[in-house]
Amino acid sequence: MNGVPISYYLALSGILFGLGVVAFVFKRNIITILMSIELMLNAVNLAFVAFSRALGQFDGLIFVLFVIVVAAAEAVVGLAIVLQVARNRRSLNIEDVDQMKS
Amino acid sequence: MTLPVLLFFIFAGVAVGGALALILAREPIHSALALVLVMVSLAVIYLLLGAAFIAAVQIIVYAGAIMVLFVFVIMLLNAGEEQRTQRSRMARWIGVPLAVFLTADLAWWVARGVKVVPAAAAVSATEAFSTRDFSLYLFRAYLFPFEITSILILIALLGAVVLARRDS
Repeated sequence: MNGVPISYYLALSGILFGLGVVAFVFKRNIITILMSIELMLNAVNLAFVAFSRALGQFDGLIFVLFVIVVAAAEAVVGLAIVLQVARNRRSLNIEDVDQMKS
Repeated sequence: MTLPVLLFFIFAGVAVGGALALILAREPIHSALALVLVMVSLAVIYLLLGAAFIAAVQIIVYAGAIMVLFVFVIMLLNAGEEQRTQRSRMARWIGVPLAVFLTADLAWWVARGVKVVPAAAAVSATEAFSTRDFSLYLFRAYLFPFEITSILILIALLGAVVLARRDS
């Protein structure tokens, strides 16, 4: 619409998603891992808005709205689980949460 | 270079820098603040794309509500410096190049996704999205999913209360 090609937005979205995956794998703190999920969701939202702009349709924006709602619900439940884990194990390190490992 | 292109590069740089800071920061609170930076710069990029309503929701819900929740939990649990594992040298020599490759590869292939867009549609989309038309479309075509969403939020609310209760 204003001189920036849509593919630039999509490339930014891909970079942010990749960095989110990297953060998810590299980080050791449970809260930071939840934050990297939020980063990936944001990257996907950017791709939705960019495609919505490219096609001139509202559907992408509506998906973004629903993704934001689901992300909020996911953050609330995830942080409640983190609270319980931190209470039971006195640690936020993901490597201490290994009870389901045989 | 026009102003929108300049703004895009500035805020894309800030967003990528914030994502890198999220990965490199040792304290969870620094990661959280870096993520707020990413979200605010993404809101500016939504404005560049003409989606003003989504930009406002991004600021209010993501940067406002969700990140405040994260910061509260970090404060509540007194989350200190992240523990590091010293045992794997492989992570540095194989993991980091693989991570860079994954990010670059993903960006390359996602950016090519623009080719699926019909050329006629790409040319016609020139004006900003109207929030009025957007809301009319939401409440006509997507009314049922919108109502289902309220049940989802109710379930998440109940789940959080049950999970975070001390005497469960």
